[in-house]
Amino acid sequence: MNVVTERIIQLGMLVFILGGWQLGVTAGFIDVFFFPAPLDIFNQIVSWIVDPGFYKHVSITLTETVLGYIIGTGLGVAAGVWLGLSRSAARILDPFIKGLNAIPRVVLAPIFVLWLGLGLWSKVALAVTLVFFITFFNAMQGVREVNPVVLANAKILGAKRSDLLRHVYFPAAASWILSSLRTSVGFAVVGAIIGEYLGSSAGLGYLIAQAEGNFDAVGVFAGIIILAMFVLIIDRILDVLEGRLIKWRPNAAEERAA
Amino acid sequence: MSLAVVNPMPAPAGQQNAKSMVSIDAVTMSFGSYVAVQDVNLTVADGEFLAIVGPTGCGKSTILNAIAGLLKPASGTVSIDGTPVKGVQNDIGYLFQQDALLPWKTSIENVELGLMFRGVGSTERRERSMSWLAKVGLKGFEHRYPHQLSGGQRKRVQMAQALIAGPKVILMDEPFSALDIHTRHLMQNELLRLWQEERRAVVMITHDLEEAIALGDRVAILAAGPRSRVIESFPVDLERPRDVAEIKLDPRFMDLYRNIWASLRGEVEKSYERRD
Repeated sequence: MNVVTERIIQLGMLVFILGGWQLGVTAGFIDVFFFPAPLDIFNQIVSWIVDPGFYKHVSITLTETVLGYIIGTGLGVAAGVWLGLSRSAARILDPFIKGLNAIPRVVLAPIFVLWLGLGLWSKVALAVTLVFFITFFNAMQGVREVNPVVLANAKILGAKRSDLLRHVYFPAAASWILSSLRTSVGFAVVGAIIGEYLGSSAGLGYLIAQAEGNFDAVGVFAGIIILAMFVLIIDRILDVLEGRLIKWRPNAAEERAA
Repeated sequence: MSLAVVNPMPAPAGQQNAKSMVSIDAVTMSFGSYVAVQDVNLTVADGEFLAIVGPTGCGKSTILNAIAGLLKPASGTVSIDGTPVKGVQNDIGYLFQQDALLPWKTSIENVELGLMFRGVGSTERRERSMSWLAKVGLKGFEHRYPHQLSGGQRKRVQMAQALIAGPKVILMDEPFSALDIHTRHLMQNELLRLWQEERRAVVMITHDLEEAIALGDRVAILAAGPRSRVIESFPVDLERPRDVAEIKLDPRFMDLYRNIWASLRGEVEKSYERRD
């Protein structure tokens, strides 16, 4: 099947679903209190996008996401590489890590608010707890699954422990970490949004919470769609970044060469 | 390390008198209760090319890993140039069967690793790496990543990487087995050419008897595993320089092949019986 046909089918599905929905609303089958008309949602989104005040919310959520992501991955990589290299430390800390990871992160939000206030940092902290474990487990796995032949080769070539870290373990783990970039970013967004949703004065999560408080289903749906677009845009940016960073990997670099 | 360079005996026959570079004394390698090789004695003279042939799964590679210091023998001792092997050795070059290049480094970065770890300055190591890449015929491929090179080219980079620091001993573990037959001949000739320039002690593991005879000064036969040992050792008195593809048509090559195969054949059959 060629690309054009596929696109037409995709478009057809979209028109069918949204059109059916819209028709259902107009005909009165669907209660707009629960399922507002797609056109109303669209109008709400447009009115947000043209409103300069809206971007304050976007930038706050973005800041929380980015900070949570950077701090979370930083800590995760450091801890993952350390525990990947030191088996005994990994064994000692294993029950604690499992225990911490077992806590549903959402319940930490009130504690973070208590500790860090209603501002930016309580959301960043929540995002960090979500992102940390993903990168941590990936980095640990990456370090443990370093190709033993490559490792032996580097040792024979005279690599000391610090050389091995820098030239073998980190790059090997980097590909694992970067391949989990998608998931981590998704979680960073989740952390930021939940934090905002539970208690804040700005941000996309706050917008949704506010709309919900007013029984404004249009606002809730519009907020959800804005969030989805937000994640898709970040995803796209990461695609580009990943291509730049791991240019030694076959798929990324060959496309570039072609 | 200059010993290999000044080795005065060009003829393989004369090398029995040269001092021994690698000596393996009564080495047993085991993994738990599984004994891979038992009571192996081998010496490799400086500048000698020893090929070890054996059926698959007879523990050939463990011998190399013992020399490299990657594995510790269960009993017996290995020494290089008179010094017992303790821990990973740095004055050896190891040509692995698998891809051992660091995939996140370009060919030149891979080649200069050995020098970098030894603390050679960046200008000097760039220069030397460049000249080694040219030596293995990869001028213009300096900034390619391993996945952008063909299998043969990756082997060439690996050769340059292993040899750049001038190792005392070169270990090779079926280095060309993953290559197609034409590339393999090319690489074998290339290897002989490089080795001829600066003769080092070489220990090569292979299951390809033709390769062993075409390249080696001596061919040692390992018995079928487990508890593999050296059963026989044949000197190869074919003159050098050799051309790997042509030497196979030499009647003396064929005689040698017949002799050694007579000894190897039984072991290969045994190893198949045990597997079935």
